[in-house]
Amino acid sequence: MTYSNRWLLPDGIEEILPPQAWKIEVLRRKLLDLYRSWGYELVMPPFIEYLESLLTGMGSDLELQTFKITDQLTGRMMGIRADMTPQVARMDAHSLRRKGPSRLCYGGSVLHTRPMSELASRSPIQVGAELYGCPDLTADIEIISLLLETLILSGVQDVHLDLGHVNIYRNLVRCANLKPDDESRLFALIQSKASAEINDFIAEKVTDPGCADMLKELPGLNGDISVLAKARKIFRNAPEEVIEAIDLLSELAFSINENYPDVSLYFDMSELRGYAYHTGVVYSVFVAGYGQTVAVGGRYNDVGDVFGRGRPATGFSADLKALMTLSRWHDVQAGAIFAPTSKDPALSVAVAELREAGEIVIYELSNDKAIPVPVTCDRKMIESDGRWVVEKL
Amino acid sequence: MDQKLTIALSKGRILDETIPLLRDAGIEALEDIKSSRKLIFDTSQAHVRLVIIRATDVPTYVAYGAADIGVAGKDVLMEANNQNLYEPLDLGIARCRLMTAKPVGREEAAGRLRVATKFTNITKRYYAEQGRQVDIIKLYGAMELAPILNLADRIVDIVDTGKTLKANGLEPEELIAPISSRLVVCKASMKMKYAMIQPLLERLGRVVQSKK
Repeated sequence: MTYSNRWLLPDGIEEILPPQAWKIEVLRRKLLDLYRSWGYELVMPPFIEYLESLLTGMGSDLELQTFKITDQLTGRMMGIRADMTPQVARMDAHSLRRKGPSRLCYGGSVLHTRPMSELASRSPIQVGAELYGCPDLTADIEIISLLLETLILSGVQDVHLDLGHVNIYRNLVRCANLKPDDESRLFALIQSKASAEINDFIAEKVTDPGCADMLKELPGLNGDISVLAKARKIFRNAPEEVIEAIDLLSELAFSINENYPDVSLYFDMSELRGYAYHTGVVYSVFVAGYGQTVAVGGRYNDVGDVFGRGRPATGFSADLKALMTLSRWHDVQAGAIFAPTSKDPALSVAVAELREAGEIVIYELSNDKAIPVPVTCDRKMIESDGRWVVEKL
Repeated sequence: MDQKLTIALSKGRILDETIPLLRDAGIEALEDIKSSRKLIFDTSQAHVRLVIIRATDVPTYVAYGAADIGVAGKDVLMEANNQNLYEPLDLGIARCRLMTAKPVGREEAAGRLRVATKFTNITKRYYAEQGRQVDIIKLYGAMELAPILNLADRIVDIVDTGKTLKANGLEPEELIAPISSRLVVCKASMKMKYAMIQPLLERLGRVVQSKK
């Protein structure tokens, strides 16, 4: 390694410098306070744990995302968390085992083997909230509202919420009776809305004509709220669950519109993010001028099954670093106060009082006038008539 | 909201065949793209602009959201295999085939096959699906030369008329995929600029249908 690249960090891993680091930390505190005011209890899942508990029931995408190492004590494989949601689900199912609903929130670093998307960090700081034990739409509405409050508090504007429901695709594809290989091929095609290939595939593999027609229409069913009416018409002969999913999306849209009229809603009947573990509504947040998702969420009932207790579950998470990038916050941090070296006990009292009041006070380290005053200081303390007062620098 | 729509195109056959499609869909560059050295062009629709980039860069620009829409060959898309794109429309232009080819009459090499190509990802996937492990040699052009100079046993390349292969003593072997140009859309743009993109998709879809 040459001197010139000794400082290089791995791709997608970043250090956060001042003043950005404080901004992120302040935002983290504010968000956790917000969640607390909604009754969400803080949990701190471990940074590393055995692979089985980290990955069970979460699908192969998360496994690929997870850094793995061998535990020297047991020889078992451990993983560094790539997503805190399954950990929190386990806490609810195994460690807490509460009767009523539990509301849990968290904030901490996660690591990804590969960035989730172009230019995404491999070490996001994940914040989120999860609500267990309520299968009703009210829980989804509460979680989505909290997500939107998160964005408002972060100073993120121009919010677009992309809504979908995995039961639409799940039930349509069930009636197509495909082999597992074919099903995963269709899944990939639907995700890229590759209409030419989808039509070829359906013509070849799907024998039921009604089902084929509905699957063909599926990737084109995206857009504003009018899509729901269109979908209802196209899927009128579809399994009941499909209609129920559309009804649920309509109700959800109505409620969001009422409380957050500034949020633009977009619907995609073939949205399949997190298909492996989601069981109901799924959503992601996009912000104008930013090509990646900012926050994601959805319903994922019964993930706790493998830990002995399946429960209804819904939640969201966001990357603090992305929120900070998009934040319209201005730097409101006031400058610091410079205090001279002095043996006067009155000075220490005055400094302590200022610090108590939330000011930043920096002591001079030596009398050497060649050492510059810290750049963050905009005021200084001087003695005047036997009292220590603050004046402009 | 004042939103702009950026469409990425690449020079050459795709550009020649896309310009008429866009014109019929109501989008025309305000100056002649082919003779200009500029890279960005305003169009007859004030909110739409065209950018001219390399064909292989189109999926990258669109996936990052730097361009909202792009036109790229299926070969380039298969090679890039980018998850952040929708591919909603087959424009049916710049048609050709992605094929394997080998020297006429040369016997099957023993052991691992050496395959020269610029489509390394596609080639790896293709032979893996066939149950064959191959060594891949990445080249940037003049693939036909590789078997002649015994650098490779096979090539994987775009075949249009097959004349270049023939002139160099090669013959097409297996079809990997029929190729045509696709309209690709950035997933994030689709969700946020839906109101601009969807009508364009519909207009272009009708134009493509009418040319069939």
